Amino acid sequence: MIALLVTGPAQAQRPPTVAAASDLQFAIEDLAARFTEETGQRVRLNFGSSGNFRRQIAQGAPFELYMSADEAYVEALYESGHLEDAGDLYAVGRVVLITRQGASLDPEAGLAALAGALEAGEIRRFAIANPEHAPYGVAAKQALQSAGLWEVIQPHLVFGENVSQAAQFALSPDADGGIVAWSLALAPSLDRRSDWALIPEDHHEPLRQRMALVKGAGETARAFYDFILSDPGRAVLAEYGFITPDPD
Amino acid sequence: MDWEALEVSLWLAFWTCVVLTPVGIIVARQLAWRRFRGRGFAEALVALPLVLPPTVLGFYLLVAFGSDWPIGQFWQWLTGGTLVFTFEGILIASIIFNLPFAVQPLQRAFEAIPHEVREAAWCSGLSTWQTFWRVELPLAWPGLISAVALTFAHTLGEFGVVLMVGGSISGETKTIAIAIYDRVQAFDEAAAGNMSVLLLLISFITIGIVYGLAGRRRGVRV
Repeated sequence: MIALLVTGPAQAQRPPTVAAASDLQFAIEDLAARFTEETGQRVRLNFGSSGNFRRQIAQGAPFELYMSADEAYVEALYESGHLEDAGDLYAVGRVVLITRQGASLDPEAGLAALAGALEAGEIRRFAIANPEHAPYGVAAKQALQSAGLWEVIQPHLVFGENVSQAAQFALSPDADGGIVAWSLALAPSLDRRSDWALIPEDHHEPLRQRMALVKGAGETARAFYDFILSDPGRAVLAEYGFITPDPD
Repeated sequence: MDWEALEVSLWLAFWTCVVLTPVGIIVARQLAWRRFRGRGFAEALVALPLVLPPTVLGFYLLVAFGSDWPIGQFWQWLTGGTLVFTFEGILIASIIFNLPFAVQPLQRAFEAIPHEVREAAWCSGLSTWQTFWRVELPLAWPGLISAVALTFAHTLGEFGVVLMVGGSISGETKTIAIAIYDRVQAFDEAAAGNMSVLLLLISFITIGIVYGLAGRRRGVRV
């Protein structure tokens, strides 16, 4: 009985674990469901901040596939010998200005409207991911800097620990908007509750998202990796607002 | 070392102790000496935060603090501001979360005071109020110190709730525990290490105080 408890669930056929950046929350769930439909194989998904996963993989966490929102993290892990290869670019992310439906700020009018609202004192709280360690936070900061709003908006900023939390903050009744990943805004559960508009690409460095297999990855992880880069896989990513580059 | 975050944490711990000390004394005395219907339920309610996942409390507070709920609306009416993303918001979370840490050591201390001692005080013509100040509180003193020390230290380490309702604003809701987490995520081990050592020291001192008092109390048992 005790032995049963210790070995836990079906040790032999453990599905591989994927460490995915939180902007992939909805897109990868969709991808994984289709992958299971096609192949009958399952993967287990973990979402969090790319930086956190980088640390965990460096310390030997049992992930088989690492999907980062920032390619620098993948490159660093490859240098330190934790990955099979330098991996592939699988998506380029975009950011959106997002508000709760019915909020006073109209995202369609873009960052110029935000500047006006800030001047009029209509912005209490504005949410972004933490630029200290979240790639989408860095992009949000760059976008605000491009619009010349970074200094003005400082006292109003609240920081999500990752971009998903930033989205949750941005849509809370106590905030007046935020800058988050386009891939999250397109998810039905968020789309229903929000108004959003794309921020021009040239306002921030491109969010080049890279993935790679961790050393010792099994067959299922490899198959899932290939599925993400296949045409049907890329079509799903495109649905969620990712620009899908040609694999390098 | 993020001094601003340390300052937020220290203020948070200070105000939590200020609010919970009188509340803790009142609740603990009732639970120690009164026999009333639903006393077991009240005790369970006080103990609940010990086993309640911080994220569960965080979730309920997010809902309750929102502008579309009475608490949030009342606060809006009172101050014109919101509770989420503010120091007041994490203070309310902290007060709820530390209730058992303030009440339980005090309750044990009041329970240890023999009923005869209080009766003797009343017979000598002391009012309830005088009895409390001159007899009960001096006897329950170690329990009070323990309650304050535990509440203070526990507040410094609060993480889950603050992460959910705070928004990591410097000088407002970014506590030292959140600052450590942010530094670790940003691969700044040196800063995370410094702040962690500080919290470790504070925890050691707290445990030292609590256990020291417990030991002394055992020594003076009559």
